Amino acid sequence: MPELPKRKVGIVACSGEEIAEGTVTRLAALRVLHDLRPEDTVTICLPLFLAGGEGDRAFARFYPTVTIDGCEKRCAAHGTATYSAEPAASVVVSELVAECGLGAVEGRRRLNDAGRQAVEATAERVVALVDGLLKPPSGRRFAATLPSAGP
Amino acid sequence: MIKRVSNETVVIPCSGIGKPFGSVSREAAYEVVDALRPNRAHLVALSRLVLGDDEARDAVASRPVVTIDGCKLACAAKMAKASGAREVRELAVIDTFRRHPKLKPEGIAELNEAGQQLARVLAEEIAEIVDAHAGREGTDA
Repeated sequence: MPELPKRKVGIVACSGEEIAEGTVTRLAALRVLHDLRPEDTVTICLPLFLAGGEGDRAFARFYPTVTIDGCEKRCAAHGTATYSAEPAASVVVSELVAECGLGAVEGRRRLNDAGRQAVEATAERVVALVDGLLKPPSGRRFAATLPSAGP
Repeated sequence: MIKRVSNETVVIPCSGIGKPFGSVSREAAYEVVDALRPNRAHLVALSRLVLGDDEARDAVASRPVVTIDGCKLACAAKMAKASGAREVRELAVIDTFRRHPKLKPEGIAELNEAGQQLARVLAEEIAEIVDAHAGREGTDA
């Protein structure tokens, strides 16, 4: 039986170097990619949608994508939608911080305590979205996980 | 005659999170704008240029720009030019590393000491460029 490629979710962080919440997006993405869901996620640098080739621009058409933005400008979500495909889900750190009552995130170079908590909260939110996207529809199983497709 | 708004230098680091060189580019940029030349250089996030943010485009179009790329794809340099930058000094972390091969960066979320040192060396190079920009007249022929 042929081995079908494993379905994965794409993570696109805004990386917003000007603000501390941008640092949160990078660290949260890395936490998901390296520690929490390494087998289920892949990433691409946001600027590659413009600076890269057609293969890079196909990223969100190939992978259901979760964008992580630092602020309400939503550069990652808009950029992904404009140059690749509409993201499947998105997280905005500034909104999540307010929702969780974490306090002011500061320190774009070295995050304060609120910033480090925001990294964990953001990573947890992204993991929940990734798991939801990879969960098979109720009553069905993914073709990629079926042991046999025979009658 | 092209009128420049300012001789303050715009610094644009790489946004990459896949390799330590991307982290070195950001650390170097922060060292310049936060510590070495806080009044002469400021940072513009690459993501705002991807979005086509007017304020960010105006900044790169009206000021000298230093881009710091972490890999050969050179997203920062390409995006700066595509956003209307007229004067772009393109730096790559790999070039600084080749001059200082003992400073091998490791770690992405947290750079090792060698990576921190490499970033400081790169930041000193950028500070010299910033000084050169600041020493010029406010207009270009």
